[in-house]
Amino acid sequence: MNVKDKVIEIIAEQAVLEPSDVKMDMTLEDLGIDSLGLVESIFAIEEAFDISVPFNANDPTESDFDISSVARIVEGVERLVAEQHA
Amino acid sequence: MRRVVITGAGTINALGRTVPDTLEAMREGRCGIGPLEMRDTDRLAIKIGGQVKGFDPEEVFNRQQIALYDRYTQFTLIAAEEAIRQSGLTFDGELANNSGVVLGTSGGGLTTQDENYRAVYEEGKNRVHPFVVPKLMNNAACSHVSMQYNIKGPSFTVASACASSNHAMGQAFWFVRSGMAPVMVTGGSESMLCFGGIKAWEGLRVMSKDGCRPFSATRNGMVQGEGAGIFVFEDYEHAKARGAEILAEVAGFAMSSDAADIVMPSKQGAARAISAALADARLDRERIGYINAHGTGTAANDKTECAAVADVFGTHADDLMISSTKSMHGHCIGGTGAVELLACIMALRDGVIAPTIGYEEPDPECALDCVPNTAREAKVGAALSNAFAFGGLNAVLALKAV
Repeated sequence: MNVKDKVIEIIAEQAVLEPSDVKMDMTLEDLGIDSLGLVESIFAIEEAFDISVPFNANDPTESDFDISSVARIVEGVERLVAEQHA
Repeated sequence: MRRVVITGAGTINALGRTVPDTLEAMREGRCGIGPLEMRDTDRLAIKIGGQVKGFDPEEVFNRQQIALYDRYTQFTLIAAEEAIRQSGLTFDGELANNSGVVLGTSGGGLTTQDENYRAVYEEGKNRVHPFVVPKLMNNAACSHVSMQYNIKGPSFTVASACASSNHAMGQAFWFVRSGMAPVMVTGGSESMLCFGGIKAWEGLRVMSKDGCRPFSATRNGMVQGEGAGIFVFEDYEHAKARGAEILAEVAGFAMSSDAADIVMPSKQGAARAISAALADARLDRERIGYINAHGTGTAANDKTECAAVADVFGTHADDLMISSTKSMHGHCIGGTGAVELLACIMALRDGVIAPTIGYEEPDPECALDCVPNTAREAKVGAALSNAFAFGGLNAVLALKAV
């Protein structure tokens, strides 16, 4: 499974949706994922890819990790995997 | 109904080992937060805390005591000794039978749990010390105070996360006010600054890596502290009859539950507790000169708390002072309300308002006078101490000068 599919699977599970219903341009709000759900998703991503995601729940928009859409999250994870497993 | 006064105070926390040391640090706006000293810090993402440093329990307790006292119990007994000594009370006869101990802690003997889980899981040991259970239990500290000082009345421990000690002090207040007990020893203690305790908080992603800056636009989370605050609450007539020195009057107390979210605070829940504490104390809101804020330094708490204060106090919200001493001693979790009550006593007794240090930039969502960075002299007749716990459990105490 590639990074994109795995991230979508994690997000879909948190949103209680089928992975096929998660679109790349969706926001967390569209998906109904709240702040606790986000923190859980990030934990699941870290565990799945063995990476550390720079994310502070106090200021999600100012963290280095862009969570503004599913596409941004996938890109962020791809970058972190590349950096941290280089 | 009896009037309730405070006749003794004790503490140990990152700012000092006694009340005078702690108040001096608060007056000077000193920061007790620094690099954590413990094993495996290289495995932590959060490496700072308000830790009690250079503390050697063997200088205070003997070997048998240390075998039974978790760090949170040690803190409790050190603070209780100072408070009870200041009160001048000796518990015997009827006074011993009728007085009690109600303390708050969130996690109890966490260092003991951490060390012993490590022994059985990581080191593969199949045996632990025989006193692990009596050392880690949440009521251990309460029981040791009771035993040490011969206090034989109603005694128990309250656990409501970050509001534990305010809830405990509220119960103690009620015992004395109702006439059920002439004296109650109360307050709280926490020692969650152990590897597992920090790891758990890291997981929630609300901790700051670089400092606690409540109400500042640049705040980025809370910083954990540790320590204890212990007080002697006494029937006013009892205290007066024996000529005791009175530090402040506990005038009112109220609690509320948000019934909403397990971590996000609620403005309505906080406001209801603040309003009810004022009503219980029969204090007009204009008489409150100082509020010791819950002020954790998280994005969510500080703006919600300021909105709640603005709602309750109306235009008077702009005239009162509200500071968070967590900026100096860190968030002492179940002991935090007790450590912070000292700032209220200092405001009422000494006319010194403890500052919110680390304040860098105004936040329009926290537009109250948070006494930034430098302590201030002011005459204050009444003060509040806020505590709003995870789980939405709120507890607010109202104090008056005597």
